Amino acid sequence: MASIELRNIRKSFGAVNVIKGVDLEVRKGEFMVFVGPSGCGKSTLLRLISGLEDITSGEMLFDGKVVNALTPSKRGIAMVFQSYALYPHMTVYENMAFGLKLEKGNSKEAIRERVEKAADMLQIRQYLDRLPKQLSGGQRQRVAIGRAITRDPKVFLFDEPLSNLDAALRVATRIEIAKLHEGMHDVTMIYVTHDQVEAMTLADRICVLRDGLVEQVGTPMELYEKPDSIFVAGFIGSPKMNFLTGEKAEAFKCATLGVRGEHMLVKPDGIWEGEVIHTENLGADTYVYLEMGQEEPIVVRLEGAMQHPSGSKLRVSPMEDRVHRFDEAGKPIR
Amino acid sequence: MATDAMAPVGTAATPKIRSELMLQRVRAARWFLVPMMIALAIVAGWPLTRSIWFSFTDATLNDLYGAEWVGFGNYLRWQVLESGTVRYRGVLADPDWWNAVWNTVRFAFWSVLWETVLGMIVALVLNAEFRGRGIVRAAILIPWAIPTIVSARMWGWMLNDQFGIINDLGMKLGLLSAPVAWTASADTAMTAVLIVDIWKTTPFMALLILAGLQMIPKDIYEAADIDGVHPVKQFFRITLPLVRPALMVAIIFRVLDALRIFDLIYVLTPNSRSTKTMSVLAQENLFQFNNFAEGSTQSTLLFLLIAIFTILYIWIGKVNFEGGDR
Repeated sequence: MASIELRNIRKSFGAVNVIKGVDLEVRKGEFMVFVGPSGCGKSTLLRLISGLEDITSGEMLFDGKVVNALTPSKRGIAMVFQSYALYPHMTVYENMAFGLKLEKGNSKEAIRERVEKAADMLQIRQYLDRLPKQLSGGQRQRVAIGRAITRDPKVFLFDEPLSNLDAALRVATRIEIAKLHEGMHDVTMIYVTHDQVEAMTLADRICVLRDGLVEQVGTPMELYEKPDSIFVAGFIGSPKMNFLTGEKAEAFKCATLGVRGEHMLVKPDGIWEGEVIHTENLGADTYVYLEMGQEEPIVVRLEGAMQHPSGSKLRVSPMEDRVHRFDEAGKPIR
Repeated sequence: MATDAMAPVGTAATPKIRSELMLQRVRAARWFLVPMMIALAIVAGWPLTRSIWFSFTDATLNDLYGAEWVGFGNYLRWQVLESGTVRYRGVLADPDWWNAVWNTVRFAFWSVLWETVLGMIVALVLNAEFRGRGIVRAAILIPWAIPTIVSARMWGWMLNDQFGIINDLGMKLGLLSAPVAWTASADTAMTAVLIVDIWKTTPFMALLILAGLQMIPKDIYEAADIDGVHPVKQFFRITLPLVRPALMVAIIFRVLDALRIFDLIYVLTPNSRSTKTMSVLAQENLFQFNNFAEGSTQSTLLFLLIAIFTILYIWIGKVNFEGGDR
């Protein structure tokens, strides 16, 4: 259990500034997700919190105490890596017990108890005698999570733990991590991902990063409903939010008008007309791409399987109360 | 050839149906092997067979082709004298031979031990990130790149008792009370040879170990940092087990080299009984003393010794020549 506070944290690698002054508070027991495009500094920020990288300037506080100079193990953290980072020459049991064995004052029985408890939690007890190379990717990642649990950490860090798994396993492991958070509700978790779906489904709060700076921090619904910038509006939500400029935006008294695909209605008296250029049928929904003279085609998300042949014309209207208006600087007009 | 032996393992249950492509690959592989097999037969197979054959004859350099078969006589023969005492002759009863065996084994043990320890240290340093690492990696190979004859001569002068820089430095620093004839004195000759060999071959060892070190993923060290594993423990519990396959291969390369050491000893400490190895002794008998058959016998015994050692090492050490165990 720990609250984490970052005060004007900066990190440079040589002349390259990766983190350019981040202020952030992560509350006790919170599940915080760092999300952003590649190269935004989210993994670096996580490594700064873990202590694997030195902080160039600024202060890092755990429970109000500065930890800038503390080694990772002294910060009371555990970390799950994208590549699993299991010790290849040790069995699953040894992997999970390694850190505990080297700590002073742990009896053999106590270690076994802790490892088996974690193994039961993740249903990997039957693999305890195997080597990592004998396990599948999903099993390996569960071992890595198990290794982190046995450390009984105050802070749990995840660095893109699902990116090496296939789609089905990713969903299953995502649910497992969510359950883990429920079971360990006094442990602070920080999770890095570039996948906004993972961010939306797992987070208590999301921190959107862009170019080494915090763009917005808030609950998933806050980010979805009240994005603080065009960048956040475009990054959160799938399919991506449509942005309209020119006359269509002027009609709404703004420079850029943002409308999500699910907030568009197809009706005969719709205010915009577009030509269908492509349809993606996902079963439960249908994405219709309309050419409307904008930079990118406009996506309309319709429920159920719909047939709209390419080349046909379609009239649509945005839901008046769900549009997002942005000024020239990309800031919302509310 | 390997494909021939391997293929049925996975497909033992199914009838032996080979695809056209597979057959084509096996045929191609055989053709690609032919040049190497021919070269090996000419430069290794034939000379080896010849020396083994000569070791069973009474061949001399003057009359190689008129040699007559003497069986195991060159290895061991005995004669019962009129007084009833038995006199053993042949290489296996020759104290000079056993002195050479002992010298060789001693040399191989100490040189490989030191080269492994120092090579590991150098490899660990070179594996760390620092400015100018590329240049240092290249520079460290210089001793290995210098021809042995040149480095042996160079060290011979440096170790010289009258003009050598080592004695000069030792005297000036007060470490030596009198100049030492490093290469000529029976007490120090082996040490001198070991120093030069270790200087020369540590880079080779370091490079092989470095290749093994670079196979170890960096992230498991980060996991170990998070686990709070002390760097020394990280070395013994993570690095050493994971670099072991590469290390085992490096050690066997070096042991094989050390067991047949010739050039360095021949140049640095000629005719010194305290450093004379099996190869040096065999060469002397073959080409200097005109005991061609005896030299062949010693060569054959050396070959057998190395072969037995290699087989035992691979078998006991479970050496995996295919690389890492992951």
